[in-house]
Amino acid sequence: MTANHAATASPGPIGDAPLLELVHATKSFGAVKALEDGSVRLYAGEAHALVGENGAGKSTLVKILAGVHHPDSGELLIGGVRTTLNGPAASRAAGVSIIYQEPTLFPDLSIAENIFVGRQILGKGRQIDRTAMRRRADAAFGRLGVALDPNRLARGLSVADQQIVEIAKAISFNARVIVMDEPTAALSSVEVDRLFAVVRALRADNTAVLFISHRLEEVFAICQRVTIMRDGRFVRTAPVEELTIDDIIRSMVGRDLDTLFPKTETAPGAEVLDVSRLTREGVFTDVSFTVRRGEIVGLSGLVGAGRTEVARAIFGIDRYDAGRVTVGGKLLPNGSPIAAMDAGIAFVPEDRRLQGLVTDMAIDHNVALASLGRLRWHGLISRTRERDLAADWAVKLRLKFGRLKDPVSTLSGGNQQKVVLSKWLARNPTLLIVDEPTRGIDVGTKAEVHRLLDALVSQGVAVLMISSELPEILGMADRILVLREGRLVAEMPRDTATEAAIMRAATGQSVGSAA
Amino acid sequence: MTSTTAPTLNRISRAGSLLRARELGIGIVIVIVFGLTTLHNHAFASEHSVQQLLAGAALVALLGVGETLVIVTRNVDLSVGSVLGLSAYLVGDLFVHYPHMPVILGFVTGTAIGAGIGAINGLITTVTRVPSLVVTLAALYIVRGVDAVIVNGKQTDPTSIPRSFQAVGYETIFGVPWLAVVVAVVIAITGYAMRSFRSSRDLYAIGSNPDAAALAGLPVGRRVFTAFVVSGALAGLGGALFLAEFATINATGGTGYELLVISAVVVGGVAIFGGSGTVLGAALGALLLNTINQALVASRISSFWNQAIAGALLLGAIAFDRWLGLRVSRRLQSAKGERHVV
Repeated sequence: MTANHAATASPGPIGDAPLLELVHATKSFGAVKALEDGSVRLYAGEAHALVGENGAGKSTLVKILAGVHHPDSGELLIGGVRTTLNGPAASRAAGVSIIYQEPTLFPDLSIAENIFVGRQILGKGRQIDRTAMRRRADAAFGRLGVALDPNRLARGLSVADQQIVEIAKAISFNARVIVMDEPTAALSSVEVDRLFAVVRALRADNTAVLFISHRLEEVFAICQRVTIMRDGRFVRTAPVEELTIDDIIRSMVGRDLDTLFPKTETAPGAEVLDVSRLTREGVFTDVSFTVRRGEIVGLSGLVGAGRTEVARAIFGIDRYDAGRVTVGGKLLPNGSPIAAMDAGIAFVPEDRRLQGLVTDMAIDHNVALASLGRLRWHGLISRTRERDLAADWAVKLRLKFGRLKDPVSTLSGGNQQKVVLSKWLARNPTLLIVDEPTRGIDVGTKAEVHRLLDALVSQGVAVLMISSELPEILGMADRILVLREGRLVAEMPRDTATEAAIMRAATGQSVGSAA
Repeated sequence: MTSTTAPTLNRISRAGSLLRARELGIGIVIVIVFGLTTLHNHAFASEHSVQQLLAGAALVALLGVGETLVIVTRNVDLSVGSVLGLSAYLVGDLFVHYPHMPVILGFVTGTAIGAGIGAINGLITTVTRVPSLVVTLAALYIVRGVDAVIVNGKQTDPTSIPRSFQAVGYETIFGVPWLAVVVAVVIAITGYAMRSFRSSRDLYAIGSNPDAAALAGLPVGRRVFTAFVVSGALAGLGGALFLAEFATINATGGTGYELLVISAVVVGGVAIFGGSGTVLGAALGALLLNTINQALVASRISSFWNQAIAGALLLGAIAFDRWLGLRVSRRLQSAKGERHVV
């Protein structure tokens, strides 16, 4: 065991030099450090897993390998040579191909044309040689052991088939390293099996595969080594047979719970929201839970587990296929946000820029947007009342702004989030649904948002909080629900919940953890 | 898995060939309209009448070829009518000043004028990233305005346009109007190029998925620029042909052509949001619109109906496209029943 680098303590399964090595890469976006130590070493013929929680820095690492992001420091060695990747084309030329979860093909072009786009095989007189393209595409599919007709249009291909086309494209580029970014998230089990067969074929051809997945059993099924990341940092690399699933989960979440969260104990009151056997075909199934007055219920789970979708269905943005939603004892009609608002629900969405705000509109207009009915004066909107309302909330939430007439886009992320919160709090909701309430905002404002949520529940508001940040969930929620693949798999009270227990439930490792 | 995907593939490629047969479909509709009208009025099938059908569709088809290149990239060129008008007058003016200029120079000049304006359109669109709808709408008015200033209320004197130049506008060869021959040659060359060269396949890729095209390293800006230059050049050539056909040109020549051209292109199966369609389809679309137009005249139906029918046809073409698209995707979905959506 010759460890010549602390970051990659475990040597490769094969004696030769690594195909690709990323050493101590860092990357910041503004003040946010997305990656503090990105390190990974890939050898020919191995399938190498990269695991970590949401926000552990996996995507940033992938984008560095893709040439999309340029690391602030650290080095990248490809075939032992220090390399700088200026853009996706350079990455491809260096023999690295990325297969994204949802590939972007050209729907109007044939599969063969998709594989050879921009570098079609030319015959006589620089004309495109369709027969040769077809043959080469067939050969690539043959090597991968799949049957796809190179002549058909890409429009309507399943996600699984699109990934196969991308992999065939990578092969045609003679890629030595193929990165698969959560390829199995949208696949059925049959399709996963086929993908695994393809990965084995790639390994047999001495290609290195970096396989990113939240499903740890897949890691054990297909990979030889695993690299674990946490909070933007490399934790360890080890052969899979030296680890158990529990070891991996512990390494993924092993951090101290910070005491940033001021949640005070409250005695929950009467039931406000009752969700019963809610089902939306293919998205979530049989979800039942309640939220009571003065209680924060945390909704946890991996990205794509259906958390946001459940919230959207409750608020009536999406229709559900079965089940029912009752608020304060009254049945809520399916698919009507207006009825949901009238029943006292407020919904602070995940993406404030796209869903929460009209960014080019003034602060006061944005705050008033959900309360226009109350601001009416003889059928017209009273500008005075609108301004007063906004000014009132700006003080309550300690909003930092220039003038209330300024467009919301001039505010910082944290202050924008306060505007969204004001907009909904101005309606005096009985149930507040917040989706990733502190994503992308600075630590100070984050604490303010948490204090605000705390104050709301002590006033008797019921809160349903979706968050990908486990410390936030553990710090704020009185009860934690865990969704996995659209199903509610665990419910744990505040005092018994741990990060490891939530991760285990979210990745489907254990059932006994829910107390 | 191989065994389960195989039948799916057959069904899909059948749907695909159906899409590709769009040109055939338009051809059949043209034949039906032609046949029905002939039953009604035998003169419709006379040599002269058929020549008129072809010559009447020629200019719109020519501009449609250029417009197809632009629309395939998910852009649009609204300036073609104005470019045609300006080019027609300027080439006519050139003949007034240089009556002994070789006839071919008239066509070259017209093409060059158009290419120049196309280059400006393309440059502004690709550099500033202002939507081409806006850029070429502005060009439509600016070029028409410049035209009006230059023409200054006059019109070209037909007697100063050389006979041999005008001959292209109304003479026939083996019974086929020269206009139609010129346009057919342009369609053949462009159609072939659109199938066989990398640069033209890039146009389809760009229109099909602009982001992916940029990620794949395609020279998106350069290709879109070229499409605008070709569209402008063909509109300029169209101007010279317009002059040859009518000889008397004032400042209103080609007004409203842009909408005729876009209608023809869309009826001809070119997707308005880019990515698919052929120049042959666009040209057949032009022929179909003109055939219907003439059929109304021959059937003594009020020509007031003309525009309404053209509009209905446009809606029909788009509805047909949607229906076809939905049918294809539904087939694909049912073939993949067990895939779950996240």
